[in-house]
Amino acid sequence: MILQAIFFYLFAGVCIGSAIMVIAARNPVHSVLFLILAFVNAAGLFVLLGAEFLAMILIVVYVGAVAVLFLFVVMMLDVDFAELRHGVLNYLPIGATVGIILLIELIFGVIGWAIAPSPTKTIAAPIAPDVSNTQALGLVLYTRYVYFFEAAGVILLVAMVGAIVLTLYHKPDAKRQSISRQVARRRSGAIDIVKVKPGQGLP
Amino acid sequence: MIIGLGHYLAVAAILFTLGIFGIFLNRKNVIIILMSIELILLAVNINLVAFSAFLGDIVGQVYALIVLTVAAAEASIGLAILVAYFRNRGSIAVEDVNLMKG
Repeated sequence: MILQAIFFYLFAGVCIGSAIMVIAARNPVHSVLFLILAFVNAAGLFVLLGAEFLAMILIVVYVGAVAVLFLFVVMMLDVDFAELRHGVLNYLPIGATVGIILLIELIFGVIGWAIAPSPTKTIAAPIAPDVSNTQALGLVLYTRYVYFFEAAGVILLVAMVGAIVLTLYHKPDAKRQSISRQVARRRSGAIDIVKVKPGQGLP
Repeated sequence: MIIGLGHYLAVAAILFTLGIFGIFLNRKNVIIILMSIELILLAVNINLVAFSAFLGDIVGQVYALIVLTVAAAEASIGLAILVAYFRNRGSIAVEDVNLMKG
């Protein structure tokens, strides 16, 4: 139990510290790397909570895909980030005010709120005690919540198509293959037979 | 030293606040704003998984999975818009986004 507390404070502390560095780092590349650190530590928190499948998905999806996408965009765009940093401290008072008010409200909400002692009647799908987390998740995800699962698939498909449509860009002067023109080409339009008399060239 | 539900909710609250704070602090830089939104969605996920674990209800993890999907889709679309915008204008500063004169 003491080990669990030690690991909780380790993961939570590193997660919050790296989240602070995400918004405070001068270089956006450092921000992305701290975001990766925050996600890995959040995955550690998920493991502590017994949600191993979500922890693995968090690492695969976020660290493997989203963070690398961020890194790619930050490195691809040739932007003067120092100029964007300029004037950050102007927004510090209002940002700090809003953030502190929000944090105080959230803390009051957490303190002044208690779970009913026996909420078992309202539980929609209790966690089966003798199966692994992945199996328990799959047992409800593909049966009761299959429409959620398919909606997630549709969302990902729309996102993929949208990203391709937004970023695909044809240069107007680039030479491209036109399959319809290739198929529609006939011998009469491509070959011109010329009778050339001996000793004379073509005009 | 028992780690209860309140500890996880506190971590999620702090992460959420840091995300909001990041949006205010870096309001010129769209990339940092997108990363702050990712932090906010991560806080939501921690809340969902913590409630799922402490109430013994697996549905919270199903919702966390959906939130994860939406967050990934949002990041990819946002970055695609960013790349398309940078190609047109040569800048990603938020105050330059005034083509529509809204």
